[in-house]
Amino acid sequence: MATVMKPKPEHVRLTEQGKPVTFLEAIREGIWEEMERDERVFLLGEDIGVYGGAFKVTEGMLDHFGSLRVIDTPISEIGFTGAAAGAAHLGMRPVVEMQFIDFISCAYDIITNYIATSRYRGSGGVPMVIRGPSGGGVRGGPFHSQNPEMAFFHTPGLKIVYPSTAYDAKGLIKAAIRDDDPVLFFEHKWLYRRPQVREVLPREDYVVALGKARTHREGKDLTIVTYAATVHKSVEAAEQLEREDGLSVEILDLRTLLPLDEDAIIESVRKTNRLLVVHEDTRTGGIAGEIAMRVNEKAFEWLDAPILRVTAVDAPVPYSPPLEDYFLPQTDDIVRAARHLAAY
Amino acid sequence: MARIEVPMPQMGESIAEGTVSVWRKKVGDRVERDEPIMEISTDKVDAEIPAPTAGVLAEIVVTEGQTVEVGTVVAYIETEAGAAAAAGAPAAPSEPATVPGEIPTTLPEAATGQPELTPATSADSAPAVAPAASAQVAPAVGPSGDGGPASLEERLRTRSTPLVRRIAAEHGVDVAEVRGTGRMGRVTKEDILLYVEERKRAPAPQPAAAPAGARAPTAPPQRPAQPAPSYEGDFPWEEFFQSPQHPLVQAGPNDRVEPASRMTQIIANNMVTSRRISPHVHSYFEVDYTRIDHIRGKNRRLWEEQGVKITYTHFIAWAVARALREHPKLNASYSNHEIIYRADVNLGIAVALDNGLIVPVVRNADELSLVGLAKRVNDLATRARNKQLRPDEIQGGTFTITNPGIFGTTIGFPIINQPQVAILGVGGVEMRPAVISDEYGNHAIVPRKRGYISLGYDHRLVNGADGDQFLARVKQLMETFPDQA
Repeated sequence: MATVMKPKPEHVRLTEQGKPVTFLEAIREGIWEEMERDERVFLLGEDIGVYGGAFKVTEGMLDHFGSLRVIDTPISEIGFTGAAAGAAHLGMRPVVEMQFIDFISCAYDIITNYIATSRYRGSGGVPMVIRGPSGGGVRGGPFHSQNPEMAFFHTPGLKIVYPSTAYDAKGLIKAAIRDDDPVLFFEHKWLYRRPQVREVLPREDYVVALGKARTHREGKDLTIVTYAATVHKSVEAAEQLEREDGLSVEILDLRTLLPLDEDAIIESVRKTNRLLVVHEDTRTGGIAGEIAMRVNEKAFEWLDAPILRVTAVDAPVPYSPPLEDYFLPQTDDIVRAARHLAAY
Repeated sequence: MARIEVPMPQMGESIAEGTVSVWRKKVGDRVERDEPIMEISTDKVDAEIPAPTAGVLAEIVVTEGQTVEVGTVVAYIETEAGAAAAAGAPAAPSEPATVPGEIPTTLPEAATGQPELTPATSADSAPAVAPAASAQVAPAVGPSGDGGPASLEERLRTRSTPLVRRIAAEHGVDVAEVRGTGRMGRVTKEDILLYVEERKRAPAPQPAAAPAGARAPTAPPQRPAQPAPSYEGDFPWEEFFQSPQHPLVQAGPNDRVEPASRMTQIIANNMVTSRRISPHVHSYFEVDYTRIDHIRGKNRRLWEEQGVKITYTHFIAWAVARALREHPKLNASYSNHEIIYRADVNLGIAVALDNGLIVPVVRNADELSLVGLAKRVNDLATRARNKQLRPDEIQGGTFTITNPGIFGTTIGFPIINQPQVAILGVGGVEMRPAVISDEYGNHAIVPRKRGYISLGYDHRLVNGADGDQFLARVKQLMETFPDQA
């Protein structure tokens, strides 16, 4: 692109150099590459420019891409989200950051009433991404730990992405930016800098298709359907179950919640006949309910046990660390539920 | 009839063990569902523990003061049906390891209301609806109830899950006959696949005709002395016919719709199956009962003294048993283009029940005297109506007699009881005008006691001549019934 004047700073050249990147660095690289690839891509959000974002996802972008493409906004989610929607109408590809995804509720109206319905109303697609740090386990309390994905899951016209690995995060953010419709992109902050999630990514440009789940771990005795941070807790549980119980646990990482990859879920249930849904979101109205219903509709006769779920409890995310640990689904909870299913 | 485990419940997230502090009930006591049966104490709480089901406290495994891990079985409750049997026996301490359902369940989570696990456990252990009704099932149709299973555990045991039911239907397996290793003895996917696999591998019995020596000690061991006739081998039944279908019928707004009992379902399937397997032919003869009436009149007092009431059915059974011995083709099975001539004459006698039908079997009927046969038939019929038959008393029949004549029917054309090849139907007996001829060629129309008998037979094996000759022989035996039978 002609507009790129400066050399790429070191902190976005890790993959180029064959070095492992964190979940956060993978997202940063993905956004960076899309901004280099397509000058219609620009960023809006609170403190994303000078400060580099609350979690430093957009660090260095203002310097590199300039203040026309990296815009610090006032604290008004509905305002800058609406502005982004207008820009998208006019052919731009805005990427909006919610400083914490909890604040997306302030933009609920513009997202659900305006953005999601635009294509249906004949006002054209709204190619934009709304992204932000989500999830608990970092002692953030009720305003900085939420998983509000299901508040939007019910809204036709939106796509919802919630990755669990660095590879997927980069491939999915790029796919989300290139998509012609609005995508909500959830970034679990507990994964941002976890050393265990670091990986070396391909040097070449790649995307991960939206709407496709991925088998994170093959197994034959039971299936855990999950996404985001609980993918990793499920892996811990699966390893413990294999070690202590000889159980072979399959883990399906949804990656995209909307559209839901129903075929992948059904296929795995037909293989293992036992289904456990794990999500960090609260229990009532969580995606486990929708998944159980789809399995009931499409694969009832393949079930050899009732469908179970392990979720957060129906409460706001507590401040107190012990309470937060109790509130969140833990590896032990997954192990216990899986054992119950296996022995059913 | 089930023996239900009472586990040490989990009284909180981090609690690993609990102590039985007081037993509120003792062995042999009746308990209601949710009635407190013991008190326990843990690091967090002391609590009363309710009975998971109604029944009789059959055994206490963990005594007062003992501390055990969460999930350990502390007692067993015998549910209603099982309790009756257990009540008589002394409550001897039994070895927990020998108790069916030794797989520890994870029931305790349910007690704590641990949300993830409730659906499978406490969710709805269906109120023990009329356990007596389901317990009274006729053995003909297996150990489970004739309505829907009453309790959660019975439901798990006999209905298992959608997947297991689908596999069972594909392979023609009754879930109730498979050994279960899952929760409360539930048949899991692995259990039923293993069962199907083993059944496939089971050696196909030697189909050769069993000569007289077949029951001698030299007989091959895999052929039991008296094998129960059954479908054997690995014939692909499911390809021959998917399990019988019973098309949906629309009910009207004021119609009453109720689920068919298990017995009715089995009869429905068996009748469709029999018609599909066997090309049925029916013949019928009229029989003169004058001779039989004469013998009945002459011996009535004698038989009363012997304590037995002898009816037409017994005379017919006696004649049929002997005719079968003379006509082995009627006492046979047709198996994969081989003919199995049955060594024994085991007569099935259809008994109508209030809500169904069952066929108890008189073994070696041809070896019994008329009185002996009558006593045996009466005993089986009585116990059939009282639902007290043992499973082996409804198996192994080689020929069946059904007598709808007692209801006044002129004659019926019954369906063969597979895998037999023939069935005899008996029509009503009444005074009819009959033409009698004497040795001088004089004819007269006289009133005589007469009735029809019919034979339904499988034309794959039994041809018209075979069936009619057999039936003629039965008629002849009945009309010339020996004085000393």
